[in-house]
Formats: sequence, C-alpha cells, structure tokens
Amino acid sequence: MDDSPHTPSSDRREFFKKASAIVLGGVSTAVPVAAGVQFLLDPLGRKAGAGESIRVTTLDALPVDGVPRQFSVVAGRSDVWNRYPASPVGAVYLRRVVENKIEALHAVCPHAGCFVDYVAGQSGFLCPCHNSRFALDGRISDAKSPSPRGMDTLEVEVRNGNEVWVKFQNFHAGHPEKVPVA
Amino acid sequence: MKRLLDWLDHRTGVKKLTHEVLYENVPGGARWRYVWGSTLTFAIFVQFITGVFLWMAYSPSSQTAWESVYYIQHQMTGGWLLRGIHHFTAHAMIILLALHLMQVLIDGAYKAPREVNFWTGLVLLVLVLALSLTGYLLPWDQKGFWATKVTTNIVGISPMIGPAMQKLIVGGADYGHHTLTRFFALHAGVLPGLIVAVVVGHIYLFRRHGLTPKQPLRRRDAAFWPDQVLKDTVACLGVLAAVLFLIVRPRLFSADAPLGAELGAPADGSEAYSAARPEWYFLFLFQFLKYFPGESEVWGAIVIPSLAMVGIFLMPFLGQWKLGHRFNIGSLCALLLGAGLLTYLAYAQDRADPSYQLAVRQADQNAERVVTLARARGIPPTGALELLRDDPLTQGPKLFAKNCASCHRFDGHDSRGEVPTETHEIRTGETLAGIASTNQMTVQALRDLNPRLGDKLVPGEKLAVHPPPTAADLKGFANRDWIAGLLDSDRIVSAHYFGGTKFKDGRMARYVTKDVARFTPAQKEQLKEVIVALSAEAGLKSQAEPDRRDGAVIEKGRQRMTNDEMRCTECHQFHKPDEDATGPDLTGYGSREWLVSFISDPAHTRYYGKRNDRMPAFAQNQRLTPHSIELIVDWLRGDWHESPKDTLK
Repeated sequence: MDDSPHTPSSDRREFFKKASAIVLGGVSTAVPVAAGVQFLLDPLGRKAGAGESIRVTTLDALPVDGVPRQFSVVAGRSDVWNRYPASPVGAVYLRRVVENKIEALHAVCPHAGCFVDYVAGQSGFLCPCHNSRFALDGRISDAKSPSPRGMDTLEVEVRNGNEVWVKFQNFHAGHPEKVPVA
Repeated sequence: MKRLLDWLDHRTGVKKLTHEVLYENVPGGARWRYVWGSTLTFAIFVQFITGVFLWMAYSPSSQTAWESVYYIQHQMTGGWLLRGIHHFTAHAMIILLALHLMQVLIDGAYKAPREVNFWTGLVLLVLVLALSLTGYLLPWDQKGFWATKVTTNIVGISPMIGPAMQKLIVGGADYGHHTLTRFFALHAGVLPGLIVAVVVGHIYLFRRHGLTPKQPLRRRDAAFWPDQVLKDTVACLGVLAAVLFLIVRPRLFSADAPLGAELGAPADGSEAYSAARPEWYFLFLFQFLKYFPGESEVWGAIVIPSLAMVGIFLMPFLGQWKLGHRFNIGSLCALLLGAGLLTYLAYAQDRADPSYQLAVRQADQNAERVVTLARARGIPPTGALELLRDDPLTQGPKLFAKNCASCHRFDGHDSRGEVPTETHEIRTGETLAGIASTNQMTVQALRDLNPRLGDKLVPGEKLAVHPPPTAADLKGFANRDWIAGLLDSDRIVSAHYFGGTKFKDGRMARYVTKDVARFTPAQKEQLKEVIVALSAEAGLKSQAEPDRRDGAVIEKGRQRMTNDEMRCTECHQFHKPDEDATGPDLTGYGSREWLVSFISDPAHTRYYGKRNDRMPAFAQNQRLTPHSIELIVDWLRGDWHESPKDTLK
C-alpha cells in the first residue's frame, strides 16, 4: 500500500477524503445545532390566547337608561406550563344601547394605557392621566385629547337570554390603528 | 481574501496554528483505534450545545424543575429531540470513555513521559461521571430524586466530614430548592468549566508528546489531515447515529410510546419509590453495595471504589515494572468484567422481583397520568404533584388498599392487584383443608402461598393466608350489575356482598333469599325496573348514556319502589322523609354526596344507624381527611378526568 504522491488518481483520492471529512463533520455538528435552534425558535410559533369570550355579568346588572358601568373581567391566566386560577385580567365598560343591544369598551385608554373614568356629569369618559375625553360610544369627544384613537370597542353578545359575554382583548396603545396584542 | 488572511495571520499566527492542528504527524498512518479521543471531544461539544439550549427553558426549583422539563419534553418544538440528544449522548460518553481508557492502556500510551496526560484523562473521567450524577437529578422526577438521595446519603456516611459534606451538597438538611440550584450550578457551570480547562490541558499534553502508535507500524507516517480526520468524523457520525437511534427506539416497538429520554412522575418526598435505580453505568456500584451490610457499607460505597481509582492512578508507575503493563491491562479487564457481572446481577435480580416490577409499572402509570393531566388542565402554581394528589385515578387505589381493603375487596383484590394476606398460627389438631376452608381458599392456593410448607403441620408455626373479605366487593358499586347481584337470592349472602357481614342474617338478606327468590316472572321484570331506577340515583359517569335513554323505565322503577309491590320503603327512605326507616336511605344511593357522607359516618341514622357492622366513621378522629374520602368516592364511582384518547381505548 505504498502510493507515490501526486499522481492524478491520488490527488482525486485526497480531494475525496477532504470533501468527505468536511461534509461528515459538518453534518455531525449541524444536527445538535439545528435541534437547538429549532427549540430556540419555539416561541415564534405560539400565539397569545387572545380573543376568548368571557362571561362578564348579567343583563340585569346594566342600567336601562344607558349609563355605562365598569366590570372587571375575570379569567384564568396561563404562563408557559402553569395555569393560574381565575383572577381579574382587565376591565370593560358596558352600556345598554337599546333593550338587548350592548356596547363594550375596553377600560384602558388607547393613549398610554391608563384606566379611564366615567364622568357622570359630562356623560362621557375622561382619562385622568393626560385628559383625553371620550364620548359614551368611545369616540374622541374633545379635539385636544392626546389619544391617537377612540376607546377600543370589544365584541359583545348576550347568551342564554341574560348572560353578557365579551371577547376580551388587549390592543397596542399609542397607535392610530387598533392592533391586537398577540 | 488572501490579503485578509495574511492580515489576520500577522496579528494572530492563525496559519501556523491551523497547520499545527491539521498536520500533526500520525506515525504509521491513520487508524480506527485512534478515533476515541476525537469522539469524546465531539460528545463534549454536543453536550455544551444542547445543554445551553436546554438551559433556556429549564427552571431549577422544586415547583418548576419537573414542570419545565415536562414542557420541554412534551410541548416545545423539537424539545424531545434536544433533550434526547443531551440524555443519550451522556450515555454514549460513558461507553466512549471506557473505550478510550482501554485503548490508551492497551497501546501503552499512559507510560512515561505521558503520566500526567493519563492523569488528566482520569480527572476528566471523574468529571464526566459527576456531570451524569448531577444531571440525573435535574428533571426532579421520582427516579432521579430517589436515586440521587441514595448517592448523597452515601456521601453522608463517609468518615468525619460526611454529614457536613452531605449538608453542603444538598444545600440543607433535606432536598428542596437549594438542592436543585446547587446541582444545576455544578452541572451547568462548575463542572463544564473544569472540563474545558482539563480538556485543554489534556489535548496540549497529547500534542506535546505525540500519538503513541500501535506497533508494528503498518504504513508510512501521514498527517492528521485528512486521513485521520476522515476516520474521526465517520466515528463521530456513528456516535450521533447511535444517539438518534436510541431516541426513536421506543417508537419501533409501540406506536404511541414516548420519544426520547424518559421523564418519570414528579418527585414526591412523601412517597417512597421502590423502583429507584441509578442509571445503568452506576448499577454495578448499586449492586456492589448489597454485599456490604450495616456498618460495613462505607467499604463498599467509598473505600473500595476509591482504592480502585487510586490503583488506576498508579498504573503509570506499575507499568515500569517488567510485567507491569500486562498487570495493568489484566487489572482493568478484571475491573470492567467485574462491573459488567455486577450490572448483570442487578438487572437479573430486578427482573425476578415482582415487587420491583409492580413499582415500575405504577411509576410508569403515574408518569403517563401526570402528563395527561398536565396537558388537559395546565399545571397549578404549586406544582405538578398537585395534579396527581388531586387525581382520583391515582389516589383512589392507594387509599382503598390502605384504608378499605382489610375488609372490602375491589374485583377480588386490594385494587392494586394484590390480595391482602394475614398470618395464621397453626393450632393443635388443625388440618390444611380446615385452614383452607375457613379462609375460603383451596388447599392448592394455600400451598402456593406457602411454598415451604411441609406435609405435616407443626402447631405454633405461622402460615400466610388470604383472609376472606368481611365486607362487600365494591367494584362497580351501585351500577346496574352490582345492584342486580345484591338483589339476587343466590348472591346476596356470598362473600361478594353480605357474606362476611352480619347483614347476611339481616332483614334485607331474608327479603332477597325468601321473597325475591319466589318472585313470579312478571315480578322479576318489575324488579329489573327497580334496579335501573335505583342505579340511576348514583348518576354514574359510566351509565350516563343508558340512564338518559331509560328515562321512562327509571320513572316506573321509582314508582314501584315507593308503592307496596316491592316493599323497599318498608325499611328504606326514598325521596320522602321517613322517621321509621331502619335501612340506609336510598335517596341518591351511590351518588357522590351519599357515598361521602356514608364513609364519613356509616352509623348515622341516615344509613345503618345502630345496626352498623364494624365499619368505622372515617371522618372522625382524622382517620381520613374530607379530601381523601372524596378521592376514594370519585374513584369508586369511576369519576376522573379522561383524555379523549383514553376514552377511545
């Protein structure tokens, strides 16, 4: 087995050996690295459990005269492997528009995320942080309001005649568009 | 490109370094026997990569360690693969270490001037074993928890400093959060750091002294690159392929077997786990310990293994002696063979041990169950153990076996497959047939239970017997079949129902054996309606569908119970208060509420009153907590969480 160096066939064999070593070494290294990278990217494939309907209250609890009332939204919360018992996750204003028609507004100001107050005397909402003013239906009522959009409306439905269910979602604050946090 | 390289080379000397790495001389050319060192370096590299990624999802505390590993294994993309690679590469390293050590010893690569390099190799061996040991605990499952407890207890018996060392390693008097944080710091920080430092030294010394070629040289010398590198990469790929095979292996035998590394049920310090074993590469030590009873344990656990280690450390000196080299090889082979034999014995003894097999089966069931529950419900903040502790399917049989099975049976056994045994002292004049018949056993069964029993009975000697049940068999309690058996004149006084109780002579037994026995065919049909109606009171999950379907029959049966035809309400109360009732209330018979109150106090006037036969009030004197009673009841009623897959089965 004595090959004299630098014949064309031995060059070819050398090249083949080098190429094989690089490819095989590369594969061996790539497998654990690829498994790790795939694992690392796991969060990208997960969506926040946004937009689940939550039973908030009963129809009877809403005044018939159309005055909005604040309700806390109670839901279970998940954090990776943990599921926590139901606890308040946010608040909504509910208002009877007509007999069975209800409007729901997210109680958080779309400007900077403060909780908005209902001001009975002015029949509208006022954000105590930067004085944004909103009408009963959530639209900006004062042109000087710093909020980039009106209060966020939420989907609401009455189930089984008396239960009020709200599809509760959070939206990014500070943008003119209403973009869900997902 | 070339200019850039030149610039870099001028600043760093990278060209010379690469040249040294790649063109090291391999005397006699590339050979397969030189690959082991490279495969070990590769394995360490794989462990670092996969370990760091696992680190990103692992959380070391006693309420999150198992939970985070569960999430890695069962929820995260490719988590089973990543964890599988890390786990089985650790196993592969043990084998590679043994091969590397053997090759070095056989080829004489440990002799002068390579002593120090040999020792650094031994230090690496110990460090890798320490990594395996610390890593075994991190998932915080039953297996790792109890096996590691044995190890730290062994530390505790070492002379003088033992107890203090144990406390330091465990991070306190008992296992808890700090055990995990300490083990994790060792596993992911201290030990890998040491490994890197020693590996650098090990490779430096190897390069300094060069390869020890196997004589005689078969070919001309060659450079490390590309011949030896190619052989090394092929070997590394082989290791990786073996690891990947081990990850998917369970699937080759069963379509729904879990992939990758095992994850047992979460660690439970309050529940002894008799299936605890170390990983296979420590089994020989585990087996070795069995031969050192009591005080002498320190010899088997510490002194002898340490002496063996010292012996290996001294091999470079022994090797200088004329027959030293052969002696060294012989000693190592003897050690490996001995370890192999002990490992075999450990496996063989476990295979022949039914109680170990039972413990493994139960451990597997718990492991599968907790994952089913975690998937369906998520894990409470107090940890996954709560899922098992609140699960009727897991706790019911255990509670039943402990608290109920001394009188009751469940399908003929104690609910876990074992029939309770008692010892019987042989009295003068007793015959085997007599003892068998009082215990309602066959003579053969009695002989099977006492294999050492001779032909002659010696008074005063003790026999194991299965005592007959002294209360009803509760499998399927209150379902249609169970009630049909109770109302069957042939069966009510059998051991399955009232046979072992004083009720076998009571009014109910009389009613069934006398009156029901003489029922006309028409009355028997009516009785069937009563059975359906009474069983519907229980609202059993398993009968939800038939109960819904048979609404009309149930209504008819209820009427028959209350009118004079069946005479149930002569003694029993049924949906109407009746102060004169003497038998148990049949309202809601077998329902959750009924059973919980019954077990809490069977002598309550609603149930047996003064007629109660020996059954204790379990809610009194803290015999059982209300929660435990509920668990037993839910289990008896077959009311536990089932995943959609379970119901398909």
